[in-house]
Amino acid sequence: MSILVGHATKVIVQGLGRTGRFHTDKAIAYGTTIVGAVHPSRAGEVEVFEGETDHSGVPDRPDTYRVEVPIFRSVADAMAATGADASVVYVPPPFAADAIMEAADAGMPLVITITEGIPVADMVVAKRYLEGRDTRLVGPNCPGVITPRECKIGIMPGYIHTPGRIGVVSRSGTLTYEAVYQLTQNGLGQTTAVGIGGDPVNGTDFVDVLALFNDDPATEGVIMIGEIGGTAEEEAAAWIAANMTKPVAGFIAGTTAPPGKRMGHAGAIISGGKGTAEAKIEALEAAGVVMAPTPTDMGQAMAEALERA
Amino acid sequence: MKIHEYQAKALMKERGIAVPEGRVATTVDEAVAAVRPLIEATGNPVVVLKSQIHAGGRGKGRFKEHPDVGGVNVVTAGIGGGIEAAEEAVRSLATKMLGSTLVTVQTGPEGKKVNRLYVEQGIDIAEELYLSVLLDRAISRNVVMASTEGGTEIEVVAAETPDKILREPIDPAFGLLPFQAKRVAWSLGLDGDAHRNGVRFLTALTKAAVELDTDLVEINPLVVTTDGAVMALDGKMSFEANALYRHPDVVELRDLTEEDPEELEAKEHGLSFIKLDGTIGCMVNGAGLAMATMDIIKYFGGEPANFLDVGGGANVDQITAAFKIITKDPNVKGIFVNIFGGIMRCDTIAEGVVAAVEEVGLTVPLVVRLEGTNVELGKQIIDGSGLNVVSAADMKDGAKKIVELAR
Repeated sequence: MSILVGHATKVIVQGLGRTGRFHTDKAIAYGTTIVGAVHPSRAGEVEVFEGETDHSGVPDRPDTYRVEVPIFRSVADAMAATGADASVVYVPPPFAADAIMEAADAGMPLVITITEGIPVADMVVAKRYLEGRDTRLVGPNCPGVITPRECKIGIMPGYIHTPGRIGVVSRSGTLTYEAVYQLTQNGLGQTTAVGIGGDPVNGTDFVDVLALFNDDPATEGVIMIGEIGGTAEEEAAAWIAANMTKPVAGFIAGTTAPPGKRMGHAGAIISGGKGTAEAKIEALEAAGVVMAPTPTDMGQAMAEALERA
Repeated sequence: MKIHEYQAKALMKERGIAVPEGRVATTVDEAVAAVRPLIEATGNPVVVLKSQIHAGGRGKGRFKEHPDVGGVNVVTAGIGGGIEAAEEAVRSLATKMLGSTLVTVQTGPEGKKVNRLYVEQGIDIAEELYLSVLLDRAISRNVVMASTEGGTEIEVVAAETPDKILREPIDPAFGLLPFQAKRVAWSLGLDGDAHRNGVRFLTALTKAAVELDTDLVEINPLVVTTDGAVMALDGKMSFEANALYRHPDVVELRDLTEEDPEELEAKEHGLSFIKLDGTIGCMVNGAGLAMATMDIIKYFGGEPANFLDVGGGANVDQITAAFKIITKDPNVKGIFVNIFGGIMRCDTIAEGVVAAVEEVGLTVPLVVRLEGTNVELGKQIIDGSGLNVVSAADMKDGAKKIVELAR
């Protein structure tokens, strides 16, 4: 078992530029089922991906692959033709929020947005547009979502992952890799790793992912990795204290970050003086989360949390 | 991106937001020349001389060279002495202010050099209020923040009298609705003409915030004049970095002399760099890992000299640029390179580090921690380079080693 993505997930790609094409190729090499792409000016064409299989991904595949991905005019067309149930957005920042809203309008259940640098105001509008719709947005500005050996959507290196017992949720890309790598090294492995992204306005938050992991029978514990700014970690701490039945380990980056002079303060006021690393660590510890003192200790903190439980 | 008060007020004026009349001056003569037209146009013999720097607390700030002079000066000499007296007073003050270093609570002890003054009409103030528009991350919407405690730093109000801060969220589908603007204006105690003017001000201000993609507009104080006008006595605007591409006119307002030259150079190379006060230079991929690297250096008793994120796809040129920027800082006693190569291969990074060190030269200890794709190959390149580089087994090991070596 896993959350969000798995063997059966059928993915379309929005944005087949250089970055989108590169990572789509890596995902196919890993074994992800990519069923289509959206590119209005190339509708009707087929994009061919071929190369050497990444054997750290889906097992029992030949050593090479060749996949023809049909290109569609719109997300609606792509969904109708392929039955896709997830999309990944690599569309450049000026057009990315529109791509998210198009996917939501088409009824896409899961939209994972990798694009970095989307204007905050565009995301405010996109988030408003998603209200009342059934689409789950992950990201933007995130590495994506991976269920090891089943499905990789995003830009994370596949080979550091291994199937296992721990769910990972993080605001930071490279720190997710650190945590995943440590879990692979100490044998705990991952059920699913979810990057929720570092932008001030994003879709799925810590609480959403924690709830999914809490309900996933295969997940025995969760590592959550936060950073300074906003109050998402404090909200997660409150949710954990009230609802979480599984052990949680955590790390917060930014203890030494200089307070963002005026801006950071004004932002912190709105959230009632929260948002510092200390406040987040304190809230999580109070909720029973085992905090890693350094990022090298995340895997160890998870092992400890499992032992205590 | 920040701009000066006079620039923010010009943008506001274009959008129908009431601001006092004023003129910017870069020389003493320009400052003096601004006095007569201001007094004649407004009929008010008082003018105000305001230092233009990208930092707050100017009114209470003092000049290093002239500790008796504040950053903002109300010139009242014109009340009895006429325009000539006002001009003389402005000349004397402007001579001291221009080119001098203003130290405020926000500039740090080194202060900031004042290159521009804003000469503004005097205002007969009845009331000072506070208003800002900014993103509330918790609800993913902009909010209007308002308070009757104008002129005081909002941090202080939030700490001491949080109930005096009103928040009105703005639905992006509708903007600030008229009833919301009225509600905010009432909560500020405005009535009659002042209420009508306040509603107009709020409506125009929230519209401008959206149009200009600001990440903060702050009016402190917002003043009500003795005849019921509502205007921005001070105005601060900063702009959201991701949206700058659609505002070339705003980008034009950038004052590079207000920005850190190293941070600018880093930006040109696609690097994200923030200078800090410590002694250990850091070069890391990913913002979260870069922050965590600073944390772990501190954890083992060191102090980071910078935050530096080379991004996901750094090349040899970027790594070289990063080394140059880090080694320019005379406080740097050691460098820690911490890379988790995901899509990026460690041998590529290692080659980049070696090439950069050979080009830039190295006078301080360097510890390199590599993890990820082709890590063994990367370590071989580092170890076989003949350079004085220490390999680290993991992040913790690397942090301990660099803190030790930089002592």
